[in-house]
Order: sequence, then C-alpha cells, then structure tokens
Amino acid sequence: MVPVNYYVVLSAVLFGLGVIAFVVKRNIISIFMSIELMLNAVNLAFVAFSQAMGKLDGQVFVLFVIVVAAAEAAVGLGIIILIARNRQSLNVERVDVLKL
Amino acid sequence: MTFLNAHAELLITLVKIALLLFIVLTVNAYLTWFERKVVARMQSRWGPHRVGPYGLLQPAADGLKFLFKEDPTPEGVDRVVYYLAPLLALALSLTSLAVIPFGPEPLRFFGHDIYLSITPPDLNIGLLVLFAITALSVYGVALAGWSSNSKYPLLGGLRSSAQMVSYELALTLSVVGVLLMANSFNLKDIIVAQAQHPERGIFGWNIWPQIIGFLCFFTAAVAETNRVPFDLPEAESELVAGFHTEYASFKFAMFFIAEYTSMITVSCLCTILFFGGWLSPFPASWTFTHYLPSVILIPFGLWVIWSGIRYETIFGRVILPGLGTVIALLGLALAVFPGVNSFIQAPFWFLAKVFVFLFVYVWMRGTLPRFRYDQLMSFGWKLLLPVSIANVVVTSFVILLRSGWK
Amino acid sequence: MTPQLVIFFVLAALAVAGAISLIFQRHPIHSALSLIVVMVALAGLYLLMGAEFVAAVQIIVYGGAIMVLFVFVIMLLNAGAEERTSFSKLAGFAGVPLGMALTAFLAAAVARPAGAAQAPGNAAVLAPTRTISEMIFKDFVYPFELTSFLILVAIMGAIVLAARKGE
Repeated sequence: MVPVNYYVVLSAVLFGLGVIAFVVKRNIISIFMSIELMLNAVNLAFVAFSQAMGKLDGQVFVLFVIVVAAAEAAVGLGIIILIARNRQSLNVERVDVLKL
Repeated sequence: MTFLNAHAELLITLVKIALLLFIVLTVNAYLTWFERKVVARMQSRWGPHRVGPYGLLQPAADGLKFLFKEDPTPEGVDRVVYYLAPLLALALSLTSLAVIPFGPEPLRFFGHDIYLSITPPDLNIGLLVLFAITALSVYGVALAGWSSNSKYPLLGGLRSSAQMVSYELALTLSVVGVLLMANSFNLKDIIVAQAQHPERGIFGWNIWPQIIGFLCFFTAAVAETNRVPFDLPEAESELVAGFHTEYASFKFAMFFIAEYTSMITVSCLCTILFFGGWLSPFPASWTFTHYLPSVILIPFGLWVIWSGIRYETIFGRVILPGLGTVIALLGLALAVFPGVNSFIQAPFWFLAKVFVFLFVYVWMRGTLPRFRYDQLMSFGWKLLLPVSIANVVVTSFVILLRSGWK
Repeated sequence: MTPQLVIFFVLAALAVAGAISLIFQRHPIHSALSLIVVMVALAGLYLLMGAEFVAAVQIIVYGGAIMVLFVFVIMLLNAGAEERTSFSKLAGFAGVPLGMALTAFLAAAVARPAGAAQAPGNAAVLAPTRTISEMIFKDFVYPFELTSFLILVAIMGAIVLAARKGE
C-alpha cells in the first residue's frame, strides 16, 4: 500500500505548480487552466484522505468539486470569449484597465 | 518453467492483447470488404471481385497501398498535434475493446483460468470505462481538424467534435434504463441480469422493456462514430473530406481503422446491453440448438468448396476449396467434441449478434441519406436527449411500482 | 518496492511532468494537452486508491467535457503562441521563487508520516458505486439539488455571455 502522505505531498506539489503557472503565464486561457490544475490537486488530497479515513465523504465531495469546476469553466470561458472579442487580444497585460 | 508460472497472469494478458489486436485488425480489414460488397449489391453492381477470389484480397491490396503511398506533411502544421491526433484516435478505439467480455466461462489451460476478456471479469465500472474512452475520442477529431492549418479541416473538425459531444449525452442517458434494471456497471452482470429466466430465451433480453432506450442508444452511437446518416463532417462530397483532408496514407488509414473499430465496439455494446450478450435466443431446455453453429458452418463450408471448384481463376480454384474445407472441418469439430461444443456456444451467439449489428450499420450506409448539420444538432438536442431522459424517468417509475413503493 | 508503489511513482511523475509542461509551453493548446495528461494521470491515481467511480467521472467530465470546452475555445479564438513582454520579468523574479517556496512549505507541512491512519485495507471494498450514490441521495441530497441549480445558472450565463448582439 502507498502511504497516504505520498499522495498529499503530490497534491501539494501540483498545487504549487498551479500557483506558479498562474503567476507566470500571460494568456488568459492558460491562467484559467492553472486554476483547473489547482482544483485537481485539491481533489487528489480529498480522495487520499477519504481512503485514509475509510469514509466516502471525500469522494462525494470530489464529485461536487468537479461539478462546480464544470460550471465555472463554462461561465469563465464565456467571459473570456467576450474579452477576446472586445480587446482582440488574449494577453492579460492588455486587459488591465477597467475602461474600454 | 517457474518463470512462466510466476508471471503467468502477465504473460496470459500479453498474449490475449496480441491475439485481440490481430483479430480486430483482420476483422476491420474484412469489414471494409464486407461493406463494399454489401453497399455495391444494394446499388446493383458487383463489389470488389477482381483482387483474389470474390475480392477477398482487396483489403490486403488496400493495406499495401496505404503503406506505400506518399505521406506528405502540409506546411505550417503544428507537428506534435498533427502526428498525435490519429495516434490518439486509434489508441482509444482499440483500448475500448479491452473491457468487452466475449464469454462467461474461462478456458482452463495448464491449471490457469483464461477469461475471455482482457480485463478481469470483476471490473465494477466496465461500462463507465467505455463511456470515458468515448468521451476522450472527441480529441482525436478536434485536434486533427485544428492542426491541419487549413479552413476545411478546421470547420469539419469543429463540427464533428461538436456533434460527438452533443450525442454523448443522449448515449449515456439512454443506457441508464438498462443500468437500473441490472443494478451494476459490470458488463458481465448486465448479461447475467438478462439471464434470470433462462426459459424465456429471447423474451428475457433487455430489448423488450427498453426498446426506446435501444433506439436512442443506437442512434446516438451511430452519431458518435460519425457514420451515415450522421457523417456530414467527413463525407466526401461535403467539406472536401472533413477533418482528415490533410492526412495522407498511413495516418488516414489510422483514422479509418479507428472508425471501424469503434463501429465494432458499438455493436458489441449493443448486444451486451440490449440483446443479451452471449445468451442464446432459444430457451435453455432446447439443448439440440447447441448444434446450431455446426449446422451453419458445415453447409457454408461445403458451399464455399462447391463454388470454388467452378471459379474462373486458378487461384480461386485452389484457395476457395481450401477455405471451405477448413470451415467445414471447424463445424465438424464443434459438433463432435462435447467440451468444445458447450464452450463455443457463448462466443458464437455473441459474435453472431455483433455481425448482425455490423450488417445493420452497413445497410444504413447503403440506404439512408445524410442529415444536414443543423438538422443533426437539433435532432440530437431537441429530440434524442428529452426522449432519453423520459426513458430514464419512466423506467425508474416502473421499477419503483414493481417493488411496491419501498 | 511493491508494484503499487512503482505505479504510484510512474503516475505521479507523469502528473508532475504534465504540470511542468503546462508552465513551459508557449502555445495554449499544448498547455491544454498537458493538462489532459495530468488529469488522466490523476484518474489513474484514483483507480490505484480504489476510488473507481471518481476516476471514471474525472475522465468523463473533466477530461472529456471541460477540457474539450477549453480546446474548443482555444480553436475558436485562434489563440497563438504567447509573446514575452517586459512586464513578465516581475513575475519571473518575485512570483516563481515565492511559488516554489509555497510549494516547499506545503509539501513539508504534510510530509510528516501520519500517526495511526496509515493504510486501512483495500479501499475498493469500501467504495462501490452503490455506497457513493446512497450517500449522495441520502446525506448530501441538498447540495446535490443545489448543484443542479448551479448548472442551470451556468448554462444560462454562458448562453447570454456568448450570444452575439441582436439575437
């Protein structure tokens, strides 16, 4: 059996890599994908703890996280499409003034 | 010898994988021959009948052509994605065959049990694995269209992947009725649930209570595999050739094999879910029907011998009687040895039903016109999805009423 | 070195490689493909832990629907490779080291061996689909109905946002 702290360390590493990607990337869609990476890392931690404690609440919560991530991705990508139409650019450095 | 015994599971699985790949690729090749022959006969013409006796070597000729044809890479494509897309499509459709059980009982071989499926029969999420692979196969099409750096493939790829994503919902929902009746995602349990009353034979299959579910599933599956009448995004007379326009010999062959393999997978799934899988349509007490495989194979073998003797070319006069003899002897072997006879029943019925579904696929190709894209999308969202949901609701109500509102 | 440990390391290496590739790829479609690799590796890890239903849902929903949405949007918007502007130097100097420090801190905080809760038998016996679905529909039925509202709102929002003017 793989000890549970191996999974949690992997989850922490993936979360940290998601944070680095969020900070480094300049494309809006890539930044959005780094958010999905962070959510996945958290899901991994949930399932690891659910296995360690022997209860299934963690896995049920993972299902809810996946559903919420799906809803958020849909609305977020709609917003990104609007931004791209208005600014003709997907670079976050061009979207830094509130006024058009 | 002890090395073989210690790693027996792994070696058996590897041999099964190699065997299944070989069989599936051969069946794919002869499925193309079958399709061309049947569609041709429906259009009152011969099919392939020059290359080898009755055109039976046509797939070999096609395969050689694909291997030796020039394979140009267009300029400006995204190399990684361009090479990845057909690989992904082919790998995914071949992987989906790993969870399909071809028979219930294992072969006993030197003390090891060899089950007739690559994954062990207690895989509790067999059906979900198939849906997961179906969901991932959208990428093969979308990435192929995008990476070709050209207008028509991009449009074809986007349309095709939008179609696949839309019909995926109806596909998964139309199966929920069967799952409610079988109480498990395991494919073997679904077949066993249809065998609860062995005396009913064909009337115990899932097709009778789930006829609407079957029609929704089959329609959605045909749309998922991009076949007629839903093949607008890849038809020859429409968007040039859709998402695989810029793909030449071998990569196009990979898409081709992926499409036919997913046809085979869908046919297997239809038989497992709705038509009783490996169950015989006759009641279990009619044991004389166990000789049916032999009764079919022996006359067929004799007919092949007879028509081969009078064939035009010398090659045909040699090959066809040989083939016919092999078939007839196989039929005889099935009848004579009782152990083989009882073992071969389940795979025989399974393969016969899969063959019927493949014939229905080819039949539709020869007969039906294709949908326009907006008709296709409105059919998927406005008709098929509500009907699948209604099927789920009605099935759950009936099950609840039958168990007395407990 | 049990086979499970080997499989864990292979899948973990694949996930981390996918995440690093997400950071270093310039074109968003390559980042999307790397993220799909991460998700499939995580689904493999869920299977290793015995959470088979969650693994299947991860591939079907995350890998087969959400990432398809990302790939569609990247194709529709014709996103090109990123350009490197001078403003991103700040992120390089301050952001990346801080991010790595955060990662190291988190990893060190959770790397202590757990006390008694180490490896309680085969979790696949505990996690059949039936038990999970009973929990969803009995204990968690209220959040479940709320998520259905959430999805409805998200669908309406996405349609309103992406519709062109005048339709």
